[in-house]
Amino acid sequence: MLKIKDLCASVEEKAILRSLNLEIKPGEIHAIMGPNGAGKSTLGNVLAGRPGYEVTSGSVELKGQDLLEMDPEVRAREGLFLAFQYPVEIPGVSNMELLKAAVDAKRQHEGKSELSAIEFMKMAREACKAVSLDQSFLKRGVNEGFSGGEKKRNEIMQMMLLEPSLCILDETDSGLDIDALQVVANGVNAMRSEERSFIVVTHYQRLLDYIVPDFVHVLAHGRIVKSGDKSLALELEAKGYSWLEQEVL
Amino acid sequence: MSEQVEKLIRKEYSAGFHTDIESETLPPGLNEEVIRFISAKKGEPEWLLEWRLKAFKVWQSMQEPDWAHVTYPKIDFQAISYYSAPKSLADRPKSLDEVDPDLIETYNKLGIPLHEQEMLAGVAVDAVFDSVSVVTTFREKLEEAGVIFCPISEAVHKYPDLVKKYLGSVVPQRDNYYAALNSAVFSDGSFVYIPKGVRSPMELSTYFRINEMNTGQFERTLIIADEGAYVSYLEGCTAPQRDENQLHAAVVELVALDNAEIKYSTVQNWYPGNEEGKGGIYNFVTKRGICHTRAKISWTQVETGSAVTWKYPSCILKGDYSIGEFYSVALTNNFQQADTGTKMIHLGKHTKSTIISKGISAGQSQNAYRGLVRMGPTAEGARNYTQCDSLLIGDRCGAHTFPYIESAHPTAVVEHEATTSKVSDDQMFLCQQRGLDAEKAVSMIVNGFCREVFKQLPMEFAVEAGKLLEVSLEGSVG
Ligand SMILES: Nc1ncnc2c1ncn2[C@@H]1O[C@H](COP(=O)(O)OP(=O)(O)OP(=O)(O)O)[C@@H](O)[C@H]1O
Ligand SMILES: [Mg+2]
Repeated sequence: MLKIKDLCASVEEKAILRSLNLEIKPGEIHAIMGPNGAGKSTLGNVLAGRPGYEVTSGSVELKGQDLLEMDPEVRAREGLFLAFQYPVEIPGVSNMELLKAAVDAKRQHEGKSELSAIEFMKMAREACKAVSLDQSFLKRGVNEGFSGGEKKRNEIMQMMLLEPSLCILDETDSGLDIDALQVVANGVNAMRSEERSFIVVTHYQRLLDYIVPDFVHVLAHGRIVKSGDKSLALELEAKGYSWLEQEVL
Repeated sequence: MSEQVEKLIRKEYSAGFHTDIESETLPPGLNEEVIRFISAKKGEPEWLLEWRLKAFKVWQSMQEPDWAHVTYPKIDFQAISYYSAPKSLADRPKSLDEVDPDLIETYNKLGIPLHEQEMLAGVAVDAVFDSVSVVTTFREKLEEAGVIFCPISEAVHKYPDLVKKYLGSVVPQRDNYYAALNSAVFSDGSFVYIPKGVRSPMELSTYFRINEMNTGQFERTLIIADEGAYVSYLEGCTAPQRDENQLHAAVVELVALDNAEIKYSTVQNWYPGNEEGKGGIYNFVTKRGICHTRAKISWTQVETGSAVTWKYPSCILKGDYSIGEFYSVALTNNFQQADTGTKMIHLGKHTKSTIISKGISAGQSQNAYRGLVRMGPTAEGARNYTQCDSLLIGDRCGAHTFPYIESAHPTAVVEHEATTSKVSDDQMFLCQQRGLDAEKAVSMIVNGFCREVFKQLPMEFAVEAGKLLEVSLEGSVG
């Protein structure tokens, strides 16, 4: 699914990712943990092609294709989805309008016809229900006046509609109450499949009780410094990151 | 044969029989003779000729205004031709193949059906006849309701009392330089009268005036809603309009008598010039309405065209409890310049006005909002709310706000809010991450920004306006 090799990237001339390596197979869930400022969000942004995040060396393949060559919208249509750590508001543009355009863009890319408004509405309503968002959220401006938790659930709702093949969730669990955490986890678990992979960035091992990862990685100082299975998360919870830093540095 | 078609043919035929008026286009220049020629050509009554001549004298005594936030080469008014007859069928393109391909491409982008494209491009073909029958049923329905909707040149003959009473009553000849010029040389335009207590059974659209499409560069519109009447009037269309005449100076007058309501919506898309701003239209328009007791006038406009726009649809709130509204979207791109806004003149007690202005600047364009709210000494308890938002796309364009507030009554309340924002990188990236390309993303964000104004437009017009913004913004993101 995804092959990252010796990836180096900088923001405003400052090197953030330093020779990062990661390989994800179809159907796998990889959790990424690590201290604040380690470069976790940067990794998501670089993969999604956010302007301003400059790849200085290394390579990334998505489903065998050179990801770094693609424009951000093409990456999205090819099935890369980033659930934002801080979803931005777009006043006046309804959620529904954005999502219909997004789904249509992807379908067109795949050579399929546009969905009718009725078909789309049906799907959108189901997606809302799945994340316990009232349908009125479809009509509201994108993230406009949404609470923190609503924004996060909205991201998952979008993910469900777009059916991506690689989902990157950047701290989707932070700011969620316990019920909402369950809702988000259920959403992700419902989408788990042989053809779909996930990168789940989180600070809390609690989320990993609900979304059980195949691998857990620690990202520090711009690279993966330790990888393990689910038990690594428990170990981190108990010991923090400092022991690792000493080990690595 | 339908009445419309017959009239068209008659018109061309009869023109050739007037020996005193042989030429179809006047040589450039403006003097009394030219005005007499125009008036004679239209077979106007004496009073109207006098009225035009008076306006000409006024115009001669005035100076071209230079206070707007726009710059353009000085206009030589003697280099303009002030009369040209509508093109004969023979001079028109025979098919769309003969029409500028750029224009056709834009029509296609806007999703305008073929037969309408032919009509808009002035193609001389049968396809127009389909629409003629639509027009005929449309006219019949209006007649049943007693609504008058016809070219003002026709109204001069059929309803002289109404025209005489109201022409120039809202925009006096000496109001401004361009209004005076228009009064002297106006070509044609619409006349609407809604009788007492009548709700117009449909929206009136200039679009239905097929054979009067080429009303020329000095359009004159007069709309009168009698007591308790209601009308919604749509001006213009989203299709780009090109014209050999660079200068356009229209006058629109609205009269809302007691308890009447007029909704006037405009989507204007004059040719803005090429990417360097060459060849675009200069649009200097005077639009004003007067509200009597408990009457209401709303102006809604979406402006994307013209090289230079100078336009301030205004309301005189004369009657107590009358209401004025102004909703505007003005988009400028490339080298376009727009100086638009409104004037709300509160005279009556407890009068209310609302101004929502959305300015969007892209490219290297300059977009200015200029608004005057005047609370007269008799405007007890009057209220105004103004919201003026500017959106910048890129960093080479400009937005300017010039609010003028004059309050002569202590109980009058004026509220003004203004914001300037940019299409943020974060918003753009969110859209792109969801699969939208940059252009689609910008147009969606801009449409969202304009939503409050689009809500005021009739449904089909709103959809078209959205598409229009999308096309107008093309090339504004790299
Ligand atoms: N746009 C930017 N401009 C300047 N610095 C940036 C930018 N984006 C990220 N950085 C810097 O890069 C480093 C990594 O940031 P990043 O957001 O990737 O961390 P993170 O691992 O996601 O942290 P957190 O756990 O707090 O979310 C930080 O030092 C941050 O300040
Ligand atoms: Mg982060």
